[in-house]
Amino acid sequence: MRKVSRLSRFNIASLALGLGFLYLPILILVIYSFNASRLVTVWGGWSLRWYYEFFGDRAMIEASWMSLRVAVASATIATLIGTLAAVALSRGERFRGRTLFSGMLYAPLVMPEVITGLSLLLLFVALNAERGFWTVTIAHTTLTMCFVAVVVQSRLGSLDRSLEEAAMDLGCAPVRAFLSVTLPLIAPAIVAGWMLAFTLSLDDLVIASFTTGPGSATLPIRIYSEVRLGVKPEINAICTLVIALIAVVIVIASLASKLSSSQGESAAPL
Amino acid sequence: MSARRIFARPARFAAIAPYVWMVLFFLVPFGFVLKISLSQTAIAQPPYEPVFDLTAGWTTIRAAFAALGIDNFKLIASDDIYVFAYLRSLTVAVTATALLLLIGYPIAYGMARLPKRWQAMAMVLVIVPFWTSFLIRIYAWINILQHDGLLNQILLALHLVSQPVVWLSTDTAMYIGIVYSYLPFMILPLYATLAKMEPALEEAASDLGAPPWQVFWLVTFPLSLPGVGAGVLLCFIPIVGEFVIPDLLAGSNSLMIGQTLWLEFFTNKDWPVASSAAIVLLVVLLLPLLLYERLQRRQLEER
Repeated sequence: MRKVSRLSRFNIASLALGLGFLYLPILILVIYSFNASRLVTVWGGWSLRWYYEFFGDRAMIEASWMSLRVAVASATIATLIGTLAAVALSRGERFRGRTLFSGMLYAPLVMPEVITGLSLLLLFVALNAERGFWTVTIAHTTLTMCFVAVVVQSRLGSLDRSLEEAAMDLGCAPVRAFLSVTLPLIAPAIVAGWMLAFTLSLDDLVIASFTTGPGSATLPIRIYSEVRLGVKPEINAICTLVIALIAVVIVIASLASKLSSSQGESAAPL
Repeated sequence: MSARRIFARPARFAAIAPYVWMVLFFLVPFGFVLKISLSQTAIAQPPYEPVFDLTAGWTTIRAAFAALGIDNFKLIASDDIYVFAYLRSLTVAVTATALLLLIGYPIAYGMARLPKRWQAMAMVLVIVPFWTSFLIRIYAWINILQHDGLLNQILLALHLVSQPVVWLSTDTAMYIGIVYSYLPFMILPLYATLAKMEPALEEAASDLGAPPWQVFWLVTFPLSLPGVGAGVLLCFIPIVGEFVIPDLLAGSNSLMIGQTLWLEFFTNKDWPVASSAAIVLLVVLLLPLLLYERLQRRQLEER
């Protein structure tokens, strides 16, 4: 009798190659950000020169500040509304327009960003809204609340319903049962959802380009216009800083989902 | 059971805020795209006409409606640039999705066969790049692929080539960028179905004398089809409308539809034509979008 071996050499090789492919380019980028040489490709020893350059670059600092504010604001609104959407979808009884509702929530996850960006811009123009911080924030909220809804909904789906039912059988009002039983249980997923929304907003180039106005460029917009002109060592440094920030966010999010997995299935993003 | 019903009623009210938000900022904007795609280009601010003005009275509104036309769509259908852009977008998306499936499947398969303890770790490792900035990851590849970049330095040092190879501004670079960016989207749904699969099924097939390739082709692969479907849709739909990757990595002689839309909008300031391009793109993606929505709903609600 032959047994299918669980982990073949082929499996290990494809895993190693796959992970190498995913991580090597980022690693190279980080290493080269500490390169002293102005030529990106020639190694001139370790240096923090490009980081000083970045902190002296006012336009870049302003764009970073704009991006951070948009990311915090849009992630917060998206988490509030996205969580409500997840609760409605997984706990609410059938209501009219429910199919449209779930369709509107899932479509932005895959919708090409050029379409979302263009359509929101046309709305803002029609409303005569001044484009800047708030228009970008609204646009990012619209995109990221869908991701929050999916993450929270997947956690709600794996939750044992008898807990909240027990609370209500014992005389708890539904809203109270939600606040004191369900909410603490899905809190890790909500935290993870906020983090995901934050990083998605921080990352977005296309939708922000459509919906922002003159003088309020976000960091990706600035990076993009620099990158089009070619590779600059300063960009390596900025990218490394962004990666470091996101790494911190990931650590917090994974701690949160560790909390959640100790209570049941883990709430992985997506 | 009654508790569940009582809970369901307030939960329904939770839908109000997100519902209003999505109608206002997702559904209504498409109406504007449709309207402007039927308008004429104008050198004005905003650069299209006619503009609805509800205060101007019924005759003006009727005149505005009468001025709407499908000229922009005729332009798109007759202009080779657009037709080629659509064809190229579809070709690129099909090729890239096939590549992603070929590369992603072995990785997801390897993950599913890891000991349980390591599987969670492997999943985190695949998800993390998805959290790191998209633009930065493309930029990282420009670093590597440029004329005197790392790849050419290595190839020259190994005497595999005698002079630097042109990587940037080629389709090869674009495909590398797309596969690199979308790989997690392909791996995760594949892994989700493969990890749930009963190993006894493969063992049974093998015990009955099937060679490994047959076990894979007749048992493993057919059972993983739901994951394949999810992964393919999750990659195919956004790739068709992709802008950043072809713009930074591919050459400028043939454009994808996302790029022409961007160009019409930002460079030519032709909002009506850009809107028409968006509408056509949306129509092309309607079927895959509906399929994806159904898949997503079933996955999340029927567990």
